[in-house]
Amino acid sequence: MAEPEQDLKPHATPSSSQGEGWGEGDFLDEDVTTTEAEERISVATAGQLMWWRFRKHRLAMVSAVVLIIFYLVVIFAPFLAYVDPELSEAQRSLMPPQPVHLFREGRFEPHVYAVKGARDPKTFKRVYVTDPNTVIPLRFFVKGFPYKLLGVIPSDIHLLGVEGVPVEEALFILGTDLNGRDLWSRLMFATQMSLTIGLAAVAISLFLGVLLGGISGYFSGTVDTLIQRVIEILRSLPTIPLWMGLAAALPGSWPVQRVYLAITIIISLLGWTELARVVRGRFLTLREEDFITAAELAGCSRMRIIFRHMVPSFLSHIIAATTLAIPAMIISETSLSFLGLGLRPPAISWGVLLEQAQNIQALAISPWLLLPAIPVILAVLAFNFVGDGLRDAADPYG
Amino acid sequence: MNDQRTPLLSVRDLKTYFFQDEGTVKAVDGASFDVARGQTLGIVGESGCGKSVTARSILRIVEAPGRIVGGQILWYDAKGQPTDLTQLDPDGHQMRSLRGREIGLIFQEPMTSFSPVHTVGNQIIEAIRLHMGVSKAEARRRAIEALRQVGIPQPERRIDDYAFQLSGGLRQRAMIAVALSCDPRLLIADEPTTALDVTTQAQILDLLRELQQQRGMAIMLITHNLGVVAEMCDDVVVMYLGRVVEVGSVDAIFHQAKHPYTRALLRSIPAITTPPRVKLHTITGSIPHPYNRPSGCPFHPRCPERLRGLCEVAEPALRAVGNGQSVSCFLYENRA
Amino acid sequence: MLAYILRRLILALITVIAISILSFVIIQLPPGDFITSYIASMSAGGGTVSEAEVEALREQYGLDQPITVQYLKWVSQIVQGNFGMALEWNRPVKDVIGDRLTLTVIISLAAVIFTWAVALPIGIYSAVKRYSIGDYIFTFIGFIGLAIPGFMLALIVLYVGFRYFNANVGGLFSPEYAEAPWSWAKFQDLLAHLPIPAVVLGLSGTAQMIRIMRSNLLDELRKPYVMTARARGLTEMRVILKYPVRVAMNPFISTIGYLLPYIVSGSIIVSLVLSLPTVGPLLLKALIAQDMFLAGTIILLLGVMTVIGTFISDLLLMWVDPRIRLERR
Ligand SMILES: Nc1ncnc2c1ncn2[C@@H]1O[C@H](COP(=O)(O)OP(=O)(O)OP(=O)(O)O)[C@@H](O)[C@H]1O
Ligand SMILES: [Mg+2]
Repeated sequence: MAEPEQDLKPHATPSSSQGEGWGEGDFLDEDVTTTEAEERISVATAGQLMWWRFRKHRLAMVSAVVLIIFYLVVIFAPFLAYVDPELSEAQRSLMPPQPVHLFREGRFEPHVYAVKGARDPKTFKRVYVTDPNTVIPLRFFVKGFPYKLLGVIPSDIHLLGVEGVPVEEALFILGTDLNGRDLWSRLMFATQMSLTIGLAAVAISLFLGVLLGGISGYFSGTVDTLIQRVIEILRSLPTIPLWMGLAAALPGSWPVQRVYLAITIIISLLGWTELARVVRGRFLTLREEDFITAAELAGCSRMRIIFRHMVPSFLSHIIAATTLAIPAMIISETSLSFLGLGLRPPAISWGVLLEQAQNIQALAISPWLLLPAIPVILAVLAFNFVGDGLRDAADPYG
Repeated sequence: MNDQRTPLLSVRDLKTYFFQDEGTVKAVDGASFDVARGQTLGIVGESGCGKSVTARSILRIVEAPGRIVGGQILWYDAKGQPTDLTQLDPDGHQMRSLRGREIGLIFQEPMTSFSPVHTVGNQIIEAIRLHMGVSKAEARRRAIEALRQVGIPQPERRIDDYAFQLSGGLRQRAMIAVALSCDPRLLIADEPTTALDVTTQAQILDLLRELQQQRGMAIMLITHNLGVVAEMCDDVVVMYLGRVVEVGSVDAIFHQAKHPYTRALLRSIPAITTPPRVKLHTITGSIPHPYNRPSGCPFHPRCPERLRGLCEVAEPALRAVGNGQSVSCFLYENRA
Repeated sequence: MLAYILRRLILALITVIAISILSFVIIQLPPGDFITSYIASMSAGGGTVSEAEVEALREQYGLDQPITVQYLKWVSQIVQGNFGMALEWNRPVKDVIGDRLTLTVIISLAAVIFTWAVALPIGIYSAVKRYSIGDYIFTFIGFIGLAIPGFMLALIVLYVGFRYFNANVGGLFSPEYAEAPWSWAKFQDLLAHLPIPAVVLGLSGTAQMIRIMRSNLLDELRKPYVMTARARGLTEMRVILKYPVRVAMNPFISTIGYLLPYIVSGSIIVSLVLSLPTVGPLLLKALIAQDMFLAGTIILLLGVMTVIGTFISDLLLMWVDPRIRLERR
């Protein structure tokens, strides 16, 4: 082509210096008008932007509320339980959930009816009969078994209690298990255990993921390739058999706390790969952006960009990925404990509770033993939705 | 425009908007122009001014959330009967028999314009069989012929290649072969040479010109490159923010540009006489955010000659200023 | 192309080695060597082990030598097809595992087929009709599928089957075929029992695959070649099925590398609940009895099986994707 050419594209360089080749008829060097909305967007930090986008995600907002409730249960589990979760009594084995009545004679007065156990003379099975003549009123904020809130604050106040009789003999909101332990109270403690183990495992995973993903993204080259291969290999392994093998190798004599720790580590050992992948990817883009900003901007404004926009965006991706990793951890713990290879009694977790629902005979007679499945599903769903919302908010185009 | 030339395509006040959560992008906002039979129309303008969306609107392949919200696209058939394309069902038989048959399309990126998992031949044969109703063997023969015509060596072998096996220049030639395989009356070329090196660019443009002369088809050439426009086009449309700001013959645009935006564009081309290491002219400011178009004349915030109190409030209409040239600017309102 | 196969083969080999090391670690983890536990469990079962037999075993596995030698001896035994003895059964591991491994393969395959058959059309639908009511419904169901762990779904299915259909939906064979030798009738019986385990096993993977297919396809739908295909005058349906769907299929196929381990994993635990005669219940029993030798072997075999499956899918991918087939990298 004869003519030299010039693309129209790179026009948008706002230049303040009046260079040489500016002839007559120069354009007025006036600022481009921006509307207020634009102004708002352009000065918002990455965190604010993320929050605005997250708020639009309705399901994620609802799920966030659900999660908050779950963690309130974690904190106040002993307060919400009304019976010592270990209190067993063969006389109360496998009692069905008991309906709670809210009104009596037109007035709000929550109460339950007394339940009597008896042995069926023909089948020798225990049967429970409700006695509608004996009304037991429910009371709130009553004294019960002593506990320490968060392990420090001693208290013996519980949300629920009954009047007149010992609570363990009268109240069975969700029924009892094979050993006659109160399912509601156990569920509260199980929630505490399962949700904290999820967090702990994810924390270890996160540490491994950030460390290895960071190294991988920072160094590139051989180290990167090596770590990537390791991740690829780990991801191509069937994890449950490995977990089972590792968990089964834990000595049976270990105390609850040590098993808890070991299980957490086992779960997180195989769960860090996805986090490492995300961290590495972010690291690579971060480097890229860093390079561009360095070329384009000078001095302090660059630091400002890094700290106000890039670090938060980096963090927000990590937070989203972490949130999405938690449900997998919860499911792993539940599955292992369900098999009897994870946490073992006297620890109480969702999986430990579900272990009793393992066979069809138990399930057929006492289907309420399956109830702990509901919080598992709810928590996993909520974490997934929140994680999804966070990811969309962090990266609407990714 | 010149009355003797019969139009092939006439776009009237076309509006294509994208309705997004964040706001509405008025990608094309009242564009009007004509493509005459057998002529080449150039469309120029800054990035994002709506050139590609205009092309897609004509073919009715604007993707959701985009929609044509107003205006007409009149297509004149061989007998000179107009059809308003905006009224057709985009997936209906009538519209589809225009696409690929009467109107061909070439894209900027020859690499991604071909499916990565189908051979080039597969995609040409598909078009030929669809529109010409010929047998498979005949379609293949015609496809090879089409590849030969666009100057691809050994077309019998190349036809079974995948796009990633071809060089950039060959790929773009293959793209032209697909677009021209059914002998369309209008070829829309959306930045056909941007991704190519300078020599290949020149070859592709020569090829287009040659094919145009052989077949007498019209070309709508979208480009950033004013040099290409000067070389290829009969008429030029200058777009800014979804609107047509100036239309005229190549001569008129290059020598008597009226609109301040057109003049600024022309000044930003380095001439052969420009001394080295002199800063090229740039247009002050940047293109406004697509959600927030300026009121009045869309160019007024960047315009050096704006008339205060007028340009911010009122929108100038496209007016003929003689010599087949039209401009939308208040500076010329009273003279028209 | 050859380089591609070679690369994949090497990676598969490395993976197998990694698995073998992990399995060996698991075998070694409990205190004492496995011969000790072998003797212990033999005598607990009333049997006796002669001094000479113990010596022969120690010699065979090099138990008095450094751990690396032990590992190598173990591997070489396995490579020769000698998987050792299963303590509790006092039979060669090979005999104990045999059929069960085949059934694990069959069930996993059935689950993969179910997953694909369901995820593909729904993923396409959700991408093409993005943000439609159908898309939201499928996304929501997908999330629920994702949130219910396999064993829990199995429990629910079991309960529903028992409660509302009065049928035991567990097992892979009717009682009359359970112990029978293989025959055409037994095979048909197996086919009739397969759907429930396949669905239970495949559901959460299906949910993931729907999301993968949806986002792959959404990416592809934005590409220029879709636009040029439209510009050729094809119907919208044909455009989508012939081009972007076909292209999005490739990453979809390659995800089997992650899907397969997931399903094999799940099959272990689902088999326990649904009492399927796969290696799952065997593994659990071995682990609880601390028969680490059997457990380690099962873990190794499961891993190898997964690697082979993934390698086959890599070859499949090469076959369908000309970019891999033709590019010399
Ligand atoms: N699918 C879409 N969704 C939303 N907005 C879109 C879409 N496609 C185009 N736009 C918007 O429409 C406007 C015009 O785009 P168009 O692609 O027509 O520009 P163009 O003039 O062809 O630019 P270029 O020279 O860069 O190709 C842009 O602001 C763009 O952001
Ligand atoms: Mg464009």
